[in-house]
Amino acid sequence: MKSRTVKQQHVIPGFGLTLGFTLTYAGLLILLPLAGFFHLTAQNTWQGFISKAILNPRVIAAYRLSFTSAAVAAAINTIFGGLLAWVFVRYRFPGRRLGDALVDLPFALPTAVSGIALTTLYAPKGWLGQWLVPLGVRVAYAPLGIILALTLIGLPFVVRTVQPALLDLEGELEEAAASLGASRGQTFFRVILPAITPALISGFTLAFARAVGEFGSVYFIAGNMPMRTEIAPLLILIKLEQYDYPGAAAIGTIMLLVSFLLLLTINFLQTWSSKRRTN
Amino acid sequence: MQYPSARTANKPPSALSDPPLVRYLLTTIAILFLFLILVLPLILVFASALSQGFSLFFAALRDPDALAAIRLTLITAAIVVPLNTIFGLAAAWTITKFNFRGKSLLITLIDLPFAISPVVAGLIFVVIFGARGIFGPWLQAHNLPVIFALPGIVLATTFVTLPFVARELIPLMQTQGRDDEECAITLGANGWQTFRRVTLPNITWALLYGVVLCNARAMGEFGAVSIVSGHIRGVTNTMPLHIEVLYNDYQFTAAFAVASLLALLAMATLLIKFFIEHYHRRQINAGTGD
Repeated sequence: MKSRTVKQQHVIPGFGLTLGFTLTYAGLLILLPLAGFFHLTAQNTWQGFISKAILNPRVIAAYRLSFTSAAVAAAINTIFGGLLAWVFVRYRFPGRRLGDALVDLPFALPTAVSGIALTTLYAPKGWLGQWLVPLGVRVAYAPLGIILALTLIGLPFVVRTVQPALLDLEGELEEAAASLGASRGQTFFRVILPAITPALISGFTLAFARAVGEFGSVYFIAGNMPMRTEIAPLLILIKLEQYDYPGAAAIGTIMLLVSFLLLLTINFLQTWSSKRRTN
Repeated sequence: MQYPSARTANKPPSALSDPPLVRYLLTTIAILFLFLILVLPLILVFASALSQGFSLFFAALRDPDALAAIRLTLITAAIVVPLNTIFGLAAAWTITKFNFRGKSLLITLIDLPFAISPVVAGLIFVVIFGARGIFGPWLQAHNLPVIFALPGIVLATTFVTLPFVARELIPLMQTQGRDDEECAITLGANGWQTFRRVTLPNITWALLYGVVLCNARAMGEFGAVSIVSGHIRGVTNTMPLHIEVLYNDYQFTAAFAVASLLALLAMATLLIKFFIEHYHRRQINAGTGD
């Protein structure tokens, strides 16, 4: 039975070799380390785990900051990333190609570089900080700076998710709406927006997932004050420097569970939006 | 990017397009946002790097610690990028050319490093290979340093950049199908010939972009590497970590000098993508949207 199906399917050679290599590589580098990590955290007692990972005011403050600033940054990106996608797909203007190419910069620019650049821009003596700080707007070493750094790194996720959805949009729908007497505004809010909503939600989730785990850029601009501007990944680093391995592992476990949950959500959203597109 | 439909390329009827005022307003807001959040920081990197003149800029790069950091970053990328490229090719081949159970599970597994925080990735390797980790005592007894040494840096970087090449190739090879390869095999080519003469020419540009992106990320990784490296100056500091050391020492010009090298690398990466998109549109189209 087995040999029959193998013969049927595999005209192309190399199945055993490539699958074997892929599984070994991914297994050794991803699965095995993860399994070892969970094995170690499982040696914690439940009480110890909960007191280290959850019931600690400093840890709770860090989670709250990480999740709210990631959510705010992803929301900003959904609005402006959606706008950028719209402008790039629908309008023609000089520099459009350049702007479109630039959107990928956060994919390629190391986070440490964007981190020190943003911090220097918004520090009290910086190009923008010297105007903003006297007005009472503190960006560097404040929660606002964290949101700014997370917005920078999450931007391409929204733009690159919404662009294909806008390109797929059929002109006939808008023509029909217009010929039935809808204004441009009505057409946008009743026809276009509902059609690209799945892409906007996917983009939001991708940007949020990336922002929750981000460390490099935030590390420089946050100022890292306990209870105020300390994000969860930074707390892991601090615990490790204090040789508090169980404490670091407990926070890491919570972060990992959130990552898994977000990955499942993203997979679900992508199937959902591609289904809606084909319908 | 694809060309827009013929309707938007020609002048659209006014009921279907935005009024000029709206168009200018939206374009201006979009450009301003892009300038403020991406262009201005980029300009600042180069302006700060050169603010004390070229001699200080080059002096910062010739510093022994900076040279050691550049060397370590190059060594790391030289190990990690080929490994993940071979992996990406193998994974894409197995996923797109064959049917098997658990395929979507394998794709999710490959995506996993994208979803995991780099700091948590570093933590995982410290917990396993660190002095108090599972293999720590054994490694120490045999004098095999992993954490706070090159192997740890390579491991963490490989983990973080593992999906890049595979992620670029899988969507493209999925749309290309298997007909070409099956045809080549039927005509008597062996597997290696089929891969080299049929598959590879079809995916060259997507592969190149995946490799370039993987390289940029490998050279710029900060979170995971800062956990496993131990920050030993001149020994285990990569370029991003050296930037951190200089910046925290208030040596801003030197920090931005090293940062400007990485910013140049990022711009070169974008330039290569721009070139590929223009001249090899067909190949990249399938890979966008990630």
